[in-house]
Amino acid sequence: MAFGAKKSGSGGRGRGGTSRTGSAAGGDRAGAAGGQRRSLFRRRKVCKFCADKIDDINYKDVKLLQGFVPERAKVLPRRISGTCAKHQRKLRVAIMRARVLALLPYAAE
Amino acid sequence: MSAPRRYELVYIVSPDAPEEQVAAIHEQVDQTVQKMGGTLEKSENWGRRKLAYEIQHHKDGVYVLEVIVGGGELMKELDRKLKVIDQVIRHLIVRVDDEQRVVDRTRTRRQDTQARRRTARGLPPVPTEGERRRGDSGDDDGGEIGLETEI
Ligand SMILES: [Zn+2]
Repeated sequence: MAFGAKKSGSGGRGRGGTSRTGSAAGGDRAGAAGGQRRSLFRRRKVCKFCADKIDDINYKDVKLLQGFVPERAKVLPRRISGTCAKHQRKLRVAIMRARVLALLPYAAE
Repeated sequence: MSAPRRYELVYIVSPDAPEEQVAAIHEQVDQTVQKMGGTLEKSENWGRRKLAYEIQHHKDGVYVLEVIVGGGELMKELDRKLKVIDQVIRHLIVRVDDEQRVVDRTRTRRQDTQARRRTARGLPPVPTEGERRRGDSGDDDGGEIGLETEI
């Protein structure tokens, strides 16, 4: 039954680690659910930039960009992050610039 | 009517370079800008930062940002000059005025749409502080799905 919510099934792990669910509530639930109900962590796949109304995806905003450059330092694909096409394009440009300036790595060491 | 071009120049100075040298490079940039009819709008020294990867065996670098209004020729000249300064281990020039215009337009458009929808519903055009805190933004541009994740 955990797979009932089709849309969110894969979205759950999405931007793992970003602060959005943060807060105490998330933690409490984790404890209560005992980890068997992953569906509780589901997060709608939605473009972070649309949702947060971030119009300017700036190469200098390393904190923001870091969330989209996981372990092996590739750009996080849209299918995982949920970023819309328009913002993914801007994101890619910003990440490329940040890399030139060694604000972000090119690849894992 | 061509709008003035605005560029951001970021360069990384070798961590071995003394402070005076960092200042001297900035001075040189400033002089070139002035000589070629540009304006130095802003200058920011971000100080020493760790590099995400080594550049010429350096692990850190001193970052400087210069915001310049000027022509393409000026920027070409700066690019050329920075390339031959050994202490500058990396630099990047980005044109930002056109991007800024797009950002402004998007923002204005969204605010207009919001105001129109709110007015149609008999609400004040701009959400009040209290509304925002309650997360009641049914007035929005359909982006409110995001709210769910904010809770
Ligand atoms: Zn988007």
